[in-house]
Amino acid sequence: MTAIRATNLSKRYGTTVAVSDLSFGVEPGRVTGFLGPNGSGKSTTMRMILGLDRPSGGSALVDGRPYAELKHPLRKVGALLDAKAVHGGRSARKHLLAIAQSNGIPNGRVDEVLQAVGLREVAGRRIGGFSLGMSQRLGIAAALLGDPEILLFDEPVNGLDPDGILWIRTFMRELAAEGRAVFVSSHLMSEMAQTADHLIVIGKGTLIADTSVAEFIGRSSQGYVRVRSPRLADVAELIKVGEAHHDHLRVTAMSPVEIGTLTARAGIPLEELTFVQPSLEAAYMELTKDSLEFIS
Amino acid sequence: MIDILRSEWTKIRSVRSTMWTLAVTAGLMLGIGALIASAARGSTEDDIPGAQAVMLSLTGIMFASLSIATLGVLVISSEYRTGGIRTSLMAVPKRMSLLTGKIVVFTVTSLLVCTVASAASLAVGVAIIQPPSLDMGEAVRTVVGCGLYLTACGLFGLALGTLVRHTPGAIVSAIALMLVLPQITGMLPGQVGRTVADHFTTNAGMQVAVPLVRNTSFGPWSGFGVYLVWIAVTMIVGAVLMRRRDA
Repeated sequence: MTAIRATNLSKRYGTTVAVSDLSFGVEPGRVTGFLGPNGSGKSTTMRMILGLDRPSGGSALVDGRPYAELKHPLRKVGALLDAKAVHGGRSARKHLLAIAQSNGIPNGRVDEVLQAVGLREVAGRRIGGFSLGMSQRLGIAAALLGDPEILLFDEPVNGLDPDGILWIRTFMRELAAEGRAVFVSSHLMSEMAQTADHLIVIGKGTLIADTSVAEFIGRSSQGYVRVRSPRLADVAELIKVGEAHHDHLRVTAMSPVEIGTLTARAGIPLEELTFVQPSLEAAYMELTKDSLEFIS
Repeated sequence: MIDILRSEWTKIRSVRSTMWTLAVTAGLMLGIGALIASAARGSTEDDIPGAQAVMLSLTGIMFASLSIATLGVLVISSEYRTGGIRTSLMAVPKRMSLLTGKIVVFTVTSLLVCTVASAASLAVGVAIIQPPSLDMGEAVRTVVGCGLYLTACGLFGLALGTLVRHTPGAIVSAIALMLVLPQITGMLPGQVGRTVADHFTTNAGMQVAVPLVRNTSFGPWSGFGVYLVWIAVTMIVGAVLMRRRDA
């Protein structure tokens, strides 16, 4: 069953449209990346899924039901939205205990999740003194309390050091491998390239792509053929469609075979004839360039 | 619901601000009560009647009401300030259940602490003043009234916190509605002014505790009833907005 299903989801704040007619599904057993530039409506969408914000139109269902109708929601869905959004005066253990009790989760589970995220030693310390990395771990611990089948993470690697990033990445992959649905947002394509199986890309609140990572790269037109030759000017004149860069030509309209055949017939020696795969980053930039809120 | 109550109980007792505001509330009751009682005792050689001794011992209630209102505000506004409200609402998406949990846990905690603090203030005050006689029935009613009045003030704070969602804003509103405006309405002219003043928040509510203000319209319980209406209306407006607004 589809873990999360958004149907024609919309959110307007006055005249500003944050999310517009967005439809997608998140499936169990894989990491679904939720990708879009800053301000593209990712967090708003997640808040609507979690019943925090009311949609202006359409619906967001979790396991076939609106979030607010789940009896013990944390046993079904775990989410980390903003790691610093906690009362700093409480100890990590008491913070988790209050959350666990609200959903009838046994107290013993608190120490289990603290152990799982590596915070057992600081469980009695006030959260206010935690570093961002520790707060992220605490947020993940809270998300795991109810052993949920569905997990949502909003920009979980923001502000983390490389160790922390690697840890979260591995963790999300493990959760998906256990058969859970993992829905993780990011504005960094490179991050998603290493974590996600599937991508939902949005820009200005509308769906741009709902596809596998491999397909996403393939779809982009940004791939090109790099041609180097001692007689570069002759090559350029011959094929006509090349774009001159300081020591090579970039050709997007012809394949390497076509270029090689033409230059061989003309007797022009080549030093390089390479098809350059578009990077995920480039594919993403191209797709979202029309939907950036602000061009810097 | 029992799950939510346990959770809210863990929350309220695991932050320092709860301990501080409760300690300050009790401290103000006892401290000011003892101070006024000593001053009264020292100012005259004559006997001070029992009813007056009771009133003097509980003078601290004016200030204590503000610190308990602060706790009421913080119970909800601290979650809005930190963003922790989102975590709470993810755990308990039915917002009215969450608010009810907070109201119940706060009410029980406050009733207990405030009634004990009032009883202690009365005992200390009476011990200092040594009135010739004391109507025990009246003393007990006053102590219970003080506990109820202070708790009502705290709930007023909680209602304002729900409505305003902003700690300083809610505390200032509480001070204005509980302390400043009631005094100002006392200056209104004519019979209409008198009626407005009598019905205004603490002017009516205080009758159940210590009648510091002369109220011609209400007795202790009817006055308290009027105060509860103020609180209920504020709470309902806050609850409706809490349901409607994005968290």
